[in-house]
Amino acid sequence: MSKFRNVKWKQYVAYLLLIAATCYFGFFGLQRSLDRITTILLEKAAVAMILAVSLNLVVGFLGELSLGHAGFMCVGAYLGAKTAVALTASMGPGNELVILLISLLVGGVAAAVCGVVIGLPALRLRGDYLAIVTLAFGEIVRSIFENLPDEMFGGSLGQQAVRYIRHHLFIIGFILVILTLAIIQNFIRSKHGRAVTSIRDSEIAARATGINVTKYKLMVFTISAFFAGIAGVLFSFTQNKVQPTTFDYNYSIEILVMVVLGGMGSLNGSLIAALLITYLNEQLQIVLTGDLAVLRGLMYALVMILLVIYRNAPALKVFREKASIKNLLAKLKTHDPSKIHDDEASWDRVPTKIMVDEVLSVDIQPQSPYTPDKQWKEEK
Amino acid sequence: MAETVLKIENLGISFGGLKAVQNLNLEIKEKQLYGLVGPNGAGKTTVFNMITGVYKPTTGTFYLCGENLTGKSQETINHKGIARTFQNIRLFNNMTVIRNVMVGLHNQPEYKCGMFTSMLRLPRHFKVEKAMRQRAKEILEVVGLLEERNSLACNLPYGKQRKLEIARALATSPKLLCLDEPAAGMNPHETQELMDIIRLIREQFNVTILLIEHDMKFVSGLCDELTVLNFGTVLAQGETKEALQDPEVIRAYIGG
Ligand SMILES: Nc1ncnc2c1ncn2[C@@H]1O[C@H](COP(=O)(O)OP(=O)(O)OP(=O)(O)O)[C@@H](O)[C@H]1O
Ligand SMILES: [Mg+2]
Repeated sequence: MSKFRNVKWKQYVAYLLLIAATCYFGFFGLQRSLDRITTILLEKAAVAMILAVSLNLVVGFLGELSLGHAGFMCVGAYLGAKTAVALTASMGPGNELVILLISLLVGGVAAAVCGVVIGLPALRLRGDYLAIVTLAFGEIVRSIFENLPDEMFGGSLGQQAVRYIRHHLFIIGFILVILTLAIIQNFIRSKHGRAVTSIRDSEIAARATGINVTKYKLMVFTISAFFAGIAGVLFSFTQNKVQPTTFDYNYSIEILVMVVLGGMGSLNGSLIAALLITYLNEQLQIVLTGDLAVLRGLMYALVMILLVIYRNAPALKVFREKASIKNLLAKLKTHDPSKIHDDEASWDRVPTKIMVDEVLSVDIQPQSPYTPDKQWKEEK
Repeated sequence: MAETVLKIENLGISFGGLKAVQNLNLEIKEKQLYGLVGPNGAGKTTVFNMITGVYKPTTGTFYLCGENLTGKSQETINHKGIARTFQNIRLFNNMTVIRNVMVGLHNQPEYKCGMFTSMLRLPRHFKVEKAMRQRAKEILEVVGLLEERNSLACNLPYGKQRKLEIARALATSPKLLCLDEPAAGMNPHETQELMDIIRLIREQFNVTILLIEHDMKFVSGLCDELTVLNFGTVLAQGETKEALQDPEVIRAYIGG
C-alpha cells in the first residue's frame, strides 16, 4: 500500500488526462459529430496550453519575466502560414500532414532563432529591464510583419493561411501539447533543469558552483521560443488569415496570466489555467458583445491584481494556509507536507513555486554596484 | 616537499580609489589548512572574490597548481578547481538539500549527459541521475546532513545551511576549498563539530582549505599557517602561533 502511495503514476497524471481527452474528443471528431464551437474551443485550448507551458519555462523556472511571448508566436504563425501556402501550391492537396509538419518545423526554428536574439540581452539585463526589452521585442516583431511590403506577408491585411483538416486539427493540436509537455517536463526534471532553477534561486551561487549561466539562459529562451513558434503555426492553421493585430501586447499578458494563475514553476498548473482562461474567454465573448467587449480585457488585470493580493495580504494568511493544496492533502493523509519524496522515486520533483513578486521585482540594481578600477598606478 | 596549490603574487584591487587589498603575496601547499584573518573590513572577502573571479584584480596574478587564472570567469575558475562558500549564505533556497548538492555535481565528467539525452529520457539519463544521487548522499553523509536531504534548503537551521554550502562546494571536486567564515552564527558545540568535519573533509577529499574566520580558537585549533590582513595590507604571515603573537597583530586586534 505504501508502495502504491509512492508510485510514480502521480507524475504521469497530466499525460494520462491529456491522452484520455485526446482519445475521447478525437473519436467524436473523426466521426464528425462534434459541433464547430467545441472544435474551435479545443483548438484554442491546445494553442493556449503550449504557450503557457513554454512561457512557464522562462518565467517560472528561469525566473525571468518575459512580456513578449506573443512575439515568438507571431514569428511562428507568419512563417508557418507562408510555408504552408507555398507548399500547398507546389505539392497540391493530399499531402496535408507532411505540409503541416514542415510548417511546424519552419515556424518553430524561426521562432527559436528569435529566442536566441532575445536571450542575448537577457544575459546582461534582469528583472524589470529585461521585461521591457521583451515587451519591445513583441511589438517590434508585430509591426515588422505589418509594415513589410504586402507581397511578402500581406501587410496589415494579414497573411493568407491554409485551413484544412478542419474537423480534426485539434487532435494534432493535443498531440503537440503532449509532446511539448513531455519535452519541457523532461528537461526540467533532469540535471539541466536543476541548473536552470539554481540560476533562478541565486545566480551568483550558480556561477560559483560552475554552472554555465550563459549557456543555460540562452538554452531556456531558445526552447521556450521554439514551442511558442510551434503554437503560432498551429494557430495559423486554425485561421483563414494570420493578422498582425492578434499578437499584440494583450496577448502576451494573457499568456502570462495563465502562467501566474497556474503557479510559476508548475507545469500542470499552467495547463489547467490555460484551459480555464480559454474557456472563460470564449464564454465572455458570447456574453459581452458590442461595446461591452472592452470589458473582456479587464478580466486579466482583475485576475492579476486579485492573485497578487491573495498571495501577499497578511489578513489572508490563515486562510491561505488552510486552503493550500498541500495542507488539504495532508488532511487526507496521503501527503506529509514537511517531507518531499523525491529521493527514491526516479523523478525530480518540480521545485516549489515562486511568488509573482519575486519575478516582478528582482533586484533592479545591476549585478555588482561597484566595479573595480581599471588600473591604479603604483606611487613611486 | 609538498606541491604548491595556490600562489598569489602581488595581488591588489581598488574600488573608486579605495585600496581594498594591496600587495598580497601568499603560497598554500597541498593539503594545508590555511587561515586568512583580520579585523572587519580588512579585505578578506575581497581576496576570495578575486581568486574566485567575482572581481578582476587591478594588479597582480594568482596561480592554481601553476596555472595562471587571473581574470578568468567564475565558471572557469570553478572548473579549474577553486570552490567557495559565501559569508552571507547563498543557497538555492527553493530546492531540496540533496538537489543543492547535485547542482554542484553538474559539471563532473562522469555525470555528463546531453540535453537531448535528458529530453528523450534515454537510458543514460537514468544512469547518470542515479549515480549523481548516490554521490550526493555520500557527500551529505560527510557533513552530517543525510537525514535532512529532502527538506528545502531554506527550511534548514542556520548552522546546517553553512554545512550545506560546504557540501555543495565540495561536490564540484575542488583542489582548493575557500570557506568564508564557516563558523559564523554557530554555537560552541556546532563549532567544535565543524572543526572535525573540516579535518575529515581534508582527509577524505584530498583538498587544500583556505578559510576566513573571526573565532581565534577555531583558527588556532585548525590552521597550520596564517595570513593576517589589516586595511588591505599584510600584517603578519607564517605559522599560526607566531603570527598571532606578532605585536602588530595584537595591536590591530586590540586597537590602539
Ligand atoms: N564592491 C565593492 N565596492 C566598494 N568597496 C568594496 C567592495 N567590496 C569590498 N569593498 C570594501 O573593501 C573593504 C574590504 O571588504 P571585505 O568585505 O573584503 O572585508 P572583510 O575582511 O571580509 O570584512 P568582514 O570581516 O566584515 O567580512 C571594505 O572597506 C569594503 O567596504
Ligand atoms: Mg568578509
